Amino acid sequence: MSTVPLIETRNLNMRFGGVHATRDVNFKLSDGELRCIIGPNGAGKSTFFKQLTGQLRPTSGQVLFRGQDITGCQPHVPARLGIGIKTQVPSLFNGLSVWENVWLSACRVYPKAKALEVTRDTLERVGLTNLQKSTAGMLAHGQRQWVELAVVIAADPGLILLDEPAAGMSDQEVRRTADLILEINKSHALIVVEHDMSFIRMIAKMVTVFHQGAILTEDLPDAVMNNPTVRQVYLGKKAA
Amino acid sequence: MLLGVMATLAIPQWVDDFALIQITIYVVMAILAISQAFIWGFSGILCFGQATFFGLGAYTYALAVVNMGESTLPVLLAIALPGMFAVLLGYFMFYGRLSDVYMGVITLTVSLIFFSSVNSTAGPEWRIGNAPLGGFNGIPAIPSINFPGNPEDPLDAVTFFYLCAFSLIAIYGGLRWLISSRIGHVIVAIKENEQRATLLGFDARAFKLFAFTVGGCIAGLSGCFFANWGSFTSPTVFSLGQSAQIIVWVIVGGLGTLVGPIIGCMAIQWLTTQIGTQQTFNSNLVLGVILVVFVLLVPKGIIPSLGDVLQKLFGKKVAKGEDA
Amino acid sequence: MDLALIVSVQVLYAIATLVIISSGLAVIFGMMRVINLAHGEFLMLGAYSAIFATKAGVNIWVAMLVVAPICVGLFGIVVERLIIRHLYGRMVDTMLATWGLSLLCVGLVTSLIGNTTSGVSTPEGSFSIGAYSVSLYTMALIVIAVLLLLAIRWVLRSTDWGLIARGTMQNPGMADVLGISPTRVYSITFAVGAALSGLAGGLLAPVSGVVPTMGGSFIAKAFITVIGGGSSILAGTVSASALFGLINQLATFITTPVFGEVALFIAAVVMLRMLPQGITGRFFKGSL
Repeated sequence: MSTVPLIETRNLNMRFGGVHATRDVNFKLSDGELRCIIGPNGAGKSTFFKQLTGQLRPTSGQVLFRGQDITGCQPHVPARLGIGIKTQVPSLFNGLSVWENVWLSACRVYPKAKALEVTRDTLERVGLTNLQKSTAGMLAHGQRQWVELAVVIAADPGLILLDEPAAGMSDQEVRRTADLILEINKSHALIVVEHDMSFIRMIAKMVTVFHQGAILTEDLPDAVMNNPTVRQVYLGKKAA
Repeated sequence: MLLGVMATLAIPQWVDDFALIQITIYVVMAILAISQAFIWGFSGILCFGQATFFGLGAYTYALAVVNMGESTLPVLLAIALPGMFAVLLGYFMFYGRLSDVYMGVITLTVSLIFFSSVNSTAGPEWRIGNAPLGGFNGIPAIPSINFPGNPEDPLDAVTFFYLCAFSLIAIYGGLRWLISSRIGHVIVAIKENEQRATLLGFDARAFKLFAFTVGGCIAGLSGCFFANWGSFTSPTVFSLGQSAQIIVWVIVGGLGTLVGPIIGCMAIQWLTTQIGTQQTFNSNLVLGVILVVFVLLVPKGIIPSLGDVLQKLFGKKVAKGEDA
Repeated sequence: MDLALIVSVQVLYAIATLVIISSGLAVIFGMMRVINLAHGEFLMLGAYSAIFATKAGVNIWVAMLVVAPICVGLFGIVVERLIIRHLYGRMVDTMLATWGLSLLCVGLVTSLIGNTTSGVSTPEGSFSIGAYSVSLYTMALIVIAVLLLLAIRWVLRSTDWGLIARGTMQNPGMADVLGISPTRVYSITFAVGAALSGLAGGLLAPVSGVVPTMGGSFIAKAFITVIGGGSSILAGTVSASALFGLINQLATFITTPVFGEVALFIAAVVMLRMLPQGITGRFFKGSL
């Protein structure tokens, strides 16, 4: 059993001109773990994700995936190593069908015949089989989120990053997404960024709180909710 | 495609040599059109200077065949050299992650630079081996393609037509096959959403470089045929006007299809020949008006717009067979 | 010593020329992020305006500095209204449409005037540096280039209009909310850019043969300078002109003017590989 964390950041810093978006972040995730990241707007969560996927090059610090240094590598490399990301704003091939979207993900990893099989299975798993011929750009927001989820898991990544997977969804859709995530967690590690506290409660085992680019605290969901500093950060000094 | 083969075999039976030669140039330019159609419509690469590769093909063939006397290697060089230049230029553009606007300008400027450079090589000191570059005078009396290995046996008008037409068909077929392959799907996906493709693990830069090089090679072949067709080449192959024409063919024919630009090319070629016979309207003027009108009013181009119209009239999906 | 002075003058002249021919393009690019492919033709129209005005008896300096910019500026207003306005946000389409416009202009002027070269002679005068003589006009252009840059700087920095323009450049949505119509700002900017291009054409009329196709010989340099410079109008134009003007002139000394241009281009491509947003994408960021 490997003791090397699945993904780890050491003293990660990101500066944009005068803005210090990521401050000395030391983050660790183990294989198979499910972690939620929360924090007020502007806390640097998405910026943090982008440094994990190679979309942003950190000003200093390191990102290690399975012990391998992937800091500031070309953006297509982390995906090849096994990191999949569902971005904050759904990023799909809008002009292509749902099937093609998922297939493209699968075909990078699997040979022809297997890719077709995986595509079919993934669509079934996420519950999109009846939509497979639809053009991705034409679907409703919630459905697009699921398509992107399917696209990400089709490549069977070791680590899945989800940036606000439940955003803009109805309660029913949120429930379904939560179930999906728990199901995916049986075989993949996940980091989920979210705002919706009830959603967090449905899935979270450990929660990391970001504030102003740094990690404020890391704890079990209930402990985090009751933490006075966290409440202060979210609700302002008065409510603390 | 079958239609194309049948047409190719049939045409020489019906028309005389002179008309055949006119048709051949349409075919040669159609090959150029298809190269732009592929890199722009399917790979999303904004190249405003495809004439660069066309011209490189023409000049490479001309200089090589004058020096070597036999045409087989020159033809291959006329495909390879533009391809290599495409790799070089493409490397700088794609690996530098240049934006669309910059890419359009850089490719346009490359063709301009070639134009003015080659144009200035008129003196006798400018030569490659035995072949003078000729500057603005061009290179005259270029030996025609011969049957491989036999320089004394050049192709006649009909055989040359067959060569060009079957090349066009083969290239069309090849591109169709490429587009439907895994690589082709990825290339189209990159055009659709480069970020998503990258996040799936595809190195967009490499795929675009590949597509760009394929386009460059095809354009080079077209240039080679062009030099053969007129037994002559001059710096105008690199000109702004040439690049503009290629763009107009694609815009008029339909960005995103392979057949559209071929038709657009032939239509515009025919139009410019007609214009050439009268004095009132200058061909630049007409091309300019067409380009502006199409960009403003018919941005999709003829073939896709026709498809839309037919779809509206008949209410069901028209099997275009040319989906991007 | 004399040689060094002459070389310096030539280098300054090369830089000044780049500044003059690029400023109009830079204004439009800086504002709208669009490369106006009809830029060369605006230059050409400016040159012809200056020539016709001079032939009609107008003083050559007035023709170049007043008539040319005004004519082309007006033309720019028409173009913006008919074409550019309908394509806002569609950068590629704008480039295509301006390319069509460029062809149209060349074709129109060729039909009306024919292919013969027109010209107007350089205002008289030269002076000597040692054994070499330098045309006064060369010096004049250098001075005009500097004045032009200062004028642009003054307008952008110190006038209300300049502030509005800069604000709209940075955030059109915000400008809208503040009651400034971005469309109006864009059309004025396009007209100003056109006028500057016309001015350039007028100024260059004495030193180059004026034909309907003359635009083509200038646009390569202008394009390279503007995109090499990046999005800041002033800092970009100055830095790129300085860099490329120097390279161009040095290469021209060693080889020929044509290969001087090749050297300029190669330098630009290599530079863009490292600085894909142009010089001001990385240095002098956020400056004018």
